[in-house]
Amino acid sequence: MSAILLQGAGAATSLSPFNSIDSSKLVAPSRSSLSVRSKRYIVAGSDGTNKSFGASSLVARRSEPLIPNAVATKADTAASSTSSKPGHELLLFEALQEGLEEEMDRDPHVCVMGEDVGHYGGSYKVTKGLADKFGDLRVLDTPICENAFTGMGIGAAMTGLRPVIEGMNMGFLLLAFNQISNNCGMLHYTSGGQFTIPVVIRGPGGVGRQLGAEHSQRLESYFQSIPGIQMVACSTPYNAKGLMKAAIRSENPVILFEHVLLYNLKETIPDEEYICNLEEAEMVRPGEHITILTYSRMRYHVMQAAKTLVNKGYDPEVIDIRSLKPFDLYTIGNSVKKTHRVLIVEECMRTGGIGASLTAAINENFHDYLDAPVMCLSSQDVPTPYAGTLEEWTVVQPAQIVTAVEQLCQ
Amino acid sequence: MIPELDFPGGKVGYTSEMKFIPESSSRRIPCYRVLDEDGRIIPDSDFIPVSEKLAVRMYEQMATLQVMDHIFYEAQRQGRISFYLTSVGEEAINIASAAALSPDDVVLPQYREPGVLLWRGFTLEEFANQCFGNKADYGKGRQMPIHYGSNRLNYFTISSPIATQLPQAAGVGYSLKMDKKNACAVTFIGDGGTSEGDFHAGLNFAAVMEAPVVFICRNNGWAISTHISEQFRSDGIVVKGQAYGIRSIRVDGNDALAVYSTVRSAREMAVTEQRPVLIEMMTYRVGHHSTSDDSTKYRAADEIQYWKMSRNPVNRFRKWVEDNGWWSEEDESKLRSNARKQLLQAIQAAEKWEKQPLTELFNDVYDVKPKNLEEQELGLKELVKKQPQDYPPGFHV
Repeated sequence: MSAILLQGAGAATSLSPFNSIDSSKLVAPSRSSLSVRSKRYIVAGSDGTNKSFGASSLVARRSEPLIPNAVATKADTAASSTSSKPGHELLLFEALQEGLEEEMDRDPHVCVMGEDVGHYGGSYKVTKGLADKFGDLRVLDTPICENAFTGMGIGAAMTGLRPVIEGMNMGFLLLAFNQISNNCGMLHYTSGGQFTIPVVIRGPGGVGRQLGAEHSQRLESYFQSIPGIQMVACSTPYNAKGLMKAAIRSENPVILFEHVLLYNLKETIPDEEYICNLEEAEMVRPGEHITILTYSRMRYHVMQAAKTLVNKGYDPEVIDIRSLKPFDLYTIGNSVKKTHRVLIVEECMRTGGIGASLTAAINENFHDYLDAPVMCLSSQDVPTPYAGTLEEWTVVQPAQIVTAVEQLCQ
Repeated sequence: MIPELDFPGGKVGYTSEMKFIPESSSRRIPCYRVLDEDGRIIPDSDFIPVSEKLAVRMYEQMATLQVMDHIFYEAQRQGRISFYLTSVGEEAINIASAAALSPDDVVLPQYREPGVLLWRGFTLEEFANQCFGNKADYGKGRQMPIHYGSNRLNYFTISSPIATQLPQAAGVGYSLKMDKKNACAVTFIGDGGTSEGDFHAGLNFAAVMEAPVVFICRNNGWAISTHISEQFRSDGIVVKGQAYGIRSIRVDGNDALAVYSTVRSAREMAVTEQRPVLIEMMTYRVGHHSTSDDSTKYRAADEIQYWKMSRNPVNRFRKWVEDNGWWSEEDESKLRSNARKQLLQAIQAAEKWEKQPLTELFNDVYDVKPKNLEEQELGLKELVKKQPQDYPPGFHV
């Protein structure tokens, strides 16, 4: 896949609402800027179509050179690439680590905190090597208290740092709910915009392999109501790195959901720097007959089902929604308007999950375009059992997806 | 030679005598004080001398805080503001601590420390604006009264849940440590708040992180209706410091000079030695918990009266300042009447000031308003336009 990168200084998309921070008091000198510029990176797909990923609002940094109309031509890119296939291959956890390391190199305010993130490298090795490179203070091993280190991250963020807070398992962040809901989500609002909380809260979640109920939580369900936070879920090494970088650069608190079973996915990603838009969904497979909305691990179950569906003559459009809060209703809406049928495949439980909210949003906004009721495949409202067979039945499987599509497309 | 064993965590001696450490020490940790109840310096006291200028300013601010509390409380009772919370009895803690800090020190209050903000220069008008939630409020009308915040004055916006500011203070200390600043985090908590898990978490983290944080616990005897005997079984909060490896001290919170010296010293230690320090300030909550409380329901009226009259921190400091010839009756009546006048004017002005427009309901949830909020704002605007009679007069879009 060849990559053509266009880097331009887009028009200022918006002015940062907080301009009363006295940087000399609270923040080390290199930050502070009032204008926001959006950088656009365009990646050409293998089928020649241009997918544009507009960047979410970035704080312009004076140290970066602005290249108003630089266009790298195909020839230049090919010449600069040394391997036969452009880009480099890595696993998802390595992509997360690469994104994190690049941001830590770029901005000295980015720091990491969590349990065993230092020399142990993190329980899923996302922070491997970072403590050696950046030191024990910037990659901080904390005592075991999720509410404490989340609160700590919030306090540090309010004084100018950009912490990346790791929950060893997303489920443990239930202990940090108070700080996340009452402070993280709220303090920018209740302080009248005086304080910002640019934290990233990340960690592995979802149903793994026989990890038991407490380690199989889908926290996106619980957090989705909290005003003031953004939620994204990565699913490929490409979007993992891109979303990590975008989340760190965002001025809002962002919760980045990773999945325990996806850390070893392999993909070739570009050598050049890129970020993914936090609010955009990803078109995985364009199609005509039905819109299948999914995210995280279920994307792979859907794609597996898609193979079977294609053999049976169906043409499903698969969208990885990626942005769990807010939903990318633009991409989703365009798809619904085309196919008129929607199937949501998620890992959340039936009650109160992302699928439930998404169903409501689609019904509310695109009711006129639907030829069939929105169908949502979710896990049952049960704690995830340990036994392998029981666990398998609690997660939506490709066969169910195929049946659902056949049903919807009758 | 005491025989020693090796364990993770270092060498520890051993003994064959089975002896339990008693649950409490035979003697309570004494409380550090400098001024006696008559406002005279106790002979041979350690304390950091305070100049006339500083002492007079401290006294003025303590008296102003008293007037402010009285008038805002009355305003709530008259229905002009919805809620208020006084610091009566804790004026020395508020003002003397603030006086001992540098303006770069980041303050994370609980909610009974408006005096710190007053000291740093928040005007009576700014206090009034927040209480009325009007257009001039820095919080843009989004928080209850008394939830002040000012990034300019390094005073974090107050958040209602108890003790959440303690781990955040560890984070601020961490941030200051990373930036190698000559500043520390200073955070306040009441006696009740120390029961929250965040107290344990915040202290433990600050200690492990070797972060420059000064933890100030206002032990005022009551957590709404819960007396400290029902809150913990330890000898107050000071003894908990050592459990976290934190240097601690107990001080007479109603003694402005003692509070000043303690906080000054603690701050220096925190910054130069990069360590947290715990200060327990003994005091009494003379007022009700808030305007939603009537404390005579759960405590004796004469207990309240005793503390209000005989153990009053403002009167005590005033005696010392007067004895030095730095303050007079005339100064006193002038200060109080000026403060009262200024406050009444501030309240009248704040009351008349426009309230926030509808658009502020949707701003600052994120840095940039997302589409769903834009839609919700539009929907609400249309609703208000269609049915203006259902919305209060003066409510503008």
